[in-house]
Amino acid sequence: MRVLKAMLRQPAALFGLIVVFAVLAMAIAAPLIAPYDPDNQMFDGLTLEGAPMPPSSQFLLGTDTLGRDLFSRLLFGARTSLVIGLVANGIAVAVGLFVGILSGYLRGIVGALLMRFTDLMMAFPALLLAIVLAALLRPSLWIVAMVIALVNWVQVARIVYTETRGLVERDFILAERSLGAGHFRILFVHILPHLMPTAIVWGTLGIATTVLLEATLSFLGIGVQPPQPSWGNIIFESQSYFQAAPWLVFFPGAIILLTALSFNLVGDALRDILDPTQRGRG
Amino acid sequence: MKLYTTASTPVLSIRDLCVDARTPEGRRRVLQDVSFDLNPGETLCIAGESGSGKSVTSLSIMQLLPKASLQIASGSIKLGDRELTNLSNHAMRSVRGGDIAMVFQEPMTSLNPVISIGTQLTEAIREHQGTEAGKAEAIALQMLDAVHITEPIRRLTQYPHELSGGMRQRVMIAMALSCRPKVLLADEPTTALDVTVQAQILKLMRELKREFGASIILITHDMGVVAEMADRVAIMQNGRIIEQGSTLALFERPKELYTRQLLAAVPRLGAHAGTDGPPRVSPQAKPADVPAPSPVLVVRDLNVTYGSPARWLFKGNPSVSAVADVSFELRSGETLGLVGESGSGKSTTGKAVLGLIPFTGAVMIGGQNIAGLGARQMQPIRRTAQMIFQDPYASLDPRMAVGAAIAEPLIIHGLADKGERDDRVAELLRRVGLLPDAASRYPHEFSGGQRQRICIARALALEPKLIVADESVAALDVSVRARVLDLMLELQETMGLAYLFISHDMAVIERMSHNVAVMRSGRILEMGTRREVFENPKDEYTRALMAAVPIPDPRDRQLV
Repeated sequence: MRVLKAMLRQPAALFGLIVVFAVLAMAIAAPLIAPYDPDNQMFDGLTLEGAPMPPSSQFLLGTDTLGRDLFSRLLFGARTSLVIGLVANGIAVAVGLFVGILSGYLRGIVGALLMRFTDLMMAFPALLLAIVLAALLRPSLWIVAMVIALVNWVQVARIVYTETRGLVERDFILAERSLGAGHFRILFVHILPHLMPTAIVWGTLGIATTVLLEATLSFLGIGVQPPQPSWGNIIFESQSYFQAAPWLVFFPGAIILLTALSFNLVGDALRDILDPTQRGRG
Repeated sequence: MKLYTTASTPVLSIRDLCVDARTPEGRRRVLQDVSFDLNPGETLCIAGESGSGKSVTSLSIMQLLPKASLQIASGSIKLGDRELTNLSNHAMRSVRGGDIAMVFQEPMTSLNPVISIGTQLTEAIREHQGTEAGKAEAIALQMLDAVHITEPIRRLTQYPHELSGGMRQRVMIAMALSCRPKVLLADEPTTALDVTVQAQILKLMRELKREFGASIILITHDMGVVAEMADRVAIMQNGRIIEQGSTLALFERPKELYTRQLLAAVPRLGAHAGTDGPPRVSPQAKPADVPAPSPVLVVRDLNVTYGSPARWLFKGNPSVSAVADVSFELRSGETLGLVGESGSGKSTTGKAVLGLIPFTGAVMIGGQNIAGLGARQMQPIRRTAQMIFQDPYASLDPRMAVGAAIAEPLIIHGLADKGERDDRVAELLRRVGLLPDAASRYPHEFSGGQRQRICIARALALEPKLIVADESVAALDVSVRARVLDLMLELQETMGLAYLFISHDMAVIERMSHNVAVMRSGRILEMGTRREVFENPKDEYTRALMAAVPIPDPRDRQLV
């Protein structure tokens, strides 16, 4: 409650919060809001020449090259993209946190092995790895989410590892040890909270990149399978028509941008509000 | 003030200087009407406790205030007849380093670690004097010679980490003086140094002042340093100069109450001569128990070695012996003072005694040897032995409320259930002189002294018999320090605590200890009762240590 109140006081955070909630609500209520079936290739969705229709009163945001309503596709695409952006990205951050904190705290052989494995994963081109994984497994939304999580945790792990190593050397951790605190307590009560700002920043920054990574995979045919829409594949399907039908790229692009920005604003505000060391400093 | 200005015109003259801090709540005055003159060839000490505005004053003179948060509101700073407050950035750059040079507290952080000493020195010389490289290097060598650095030619090619703290500070002074400034601004130049090194640096500064004819503004919290160095003293409190005058007059006839308190709080070496234990602070407490027959802590042949052999996947580190063959005993109700300079192994000994770092030898706490015990087996022993660290802010988790921090040992050891816990925390806070409502606040909301009280409360939560206090008052202001020491003495008297009191400060050790051990290079050089060690030191080094402590009495200057 305190968090929400503090957030409402900051205009930027408030804006972000409204957009995030609006996007979530639209994604959940997509079947109720969507004017058309997102996969329906409508006869009157194309001009007589077979070109997509620009935005009009009939098709709010216009239609795509197959005569499907863009607005409806964006609504349903939000479901896919949010799953990728939130779930896949969330898993990536969680795995990165876990690996990083463990190797930073334990050091020794376990830490070295974990970090070398992380380096190995970093050395692979992420896209290649994703292609191999997606090709081996039958592509579906959840598989794509897993694949994205699998290639995105490494950066988080690296950063968390470095931060943890710094934290472990701090006096208050030594003080905890002298009190007799166990490893579990030190790791999760004292080190983890200090890593939350990093996790929040990475989590929110990662939303945009993962949405676009999903689009790349879809473009290569190993992501979300057509005709299921996602924000990324809407852009990729139509980018070659950018000159003739700019709305097909502009609207989904703007939505990705707005959503990523809003998550960022909320994340930033959250980071400050949850930081007790900022209390009483205005 | 006119009383003290001599006929000659002052080098630096500050009038009614006011500085504001920008805070979210609006502007707040941090310097109020600061005025003083610095005469040619004079040493002016600005003394005060942390937060009194000493450093803001020096940064204002250099025009180096962080623009976003601090701003000169009014007043004038005149160097000769040049007004500095409205000087352009460009013009100010030639004043900095050229006319006014600064020496900072921490020589390691104020030298660039990746540039050699020679390059850093010549850079400053070339910047201000426009000399060519060859000549600049000659001047650099000359300067290193002037600050008495051994092998000056080799030092030019070395990097800051290859020099000791004292040598680094000598390099900083050489750099500051290389352009023959009119004013040398030294902000706590010896605070980070060992006491024997401090004595050398202070002596050097006096010599150089004569040689180079510079005036010195010396900012310090240490009244001992003031007494050694100052011609005149300005005492600051809460952003104002509350008293200034000649050193002798100020020390012998302080006018302001605060000055008197400040001088009274300075621990004086030898103040407790002729008594056996520390002064008793709680008359109502029953006399200390007769020392128990079995000591709380026995240390036999303690050895700690840093470094590790090279192993698969890991680089090895050369092994260094940090503590060698240290043995001592400690009984309840007694304090063993462990004194030594940095690198003497005193802190390492303290950590090893609590099993926080690996060691060889025997450490018996309450009769049980802790050598080789795992974390789980150490758990019950931690209840009897606790530690208080040097920096109370660093040793409290900044993201944890104070109440939760103090309750933590109770939770870890399962000592109190949820309901009792709050009562215990409140009781502990009261015990160390804080209000129970402190529990819901966070460490950054407290002052240094209060934070150390919180750390003491946390250590007391387990009702230990032994407390290792590692430089526990080193980070505190002198008046706060005295109160925290009194608290620790009172707790010892009422609870029969045994302290292993680690400090570099001879006066503090003298005040707190029953027995004293002097350490150097990982070994105990001399150990005995406080009386034996302080009144009749046997070891050469102990005598040197005691002689190097600056005495807060200007009539007693040792350095000429």
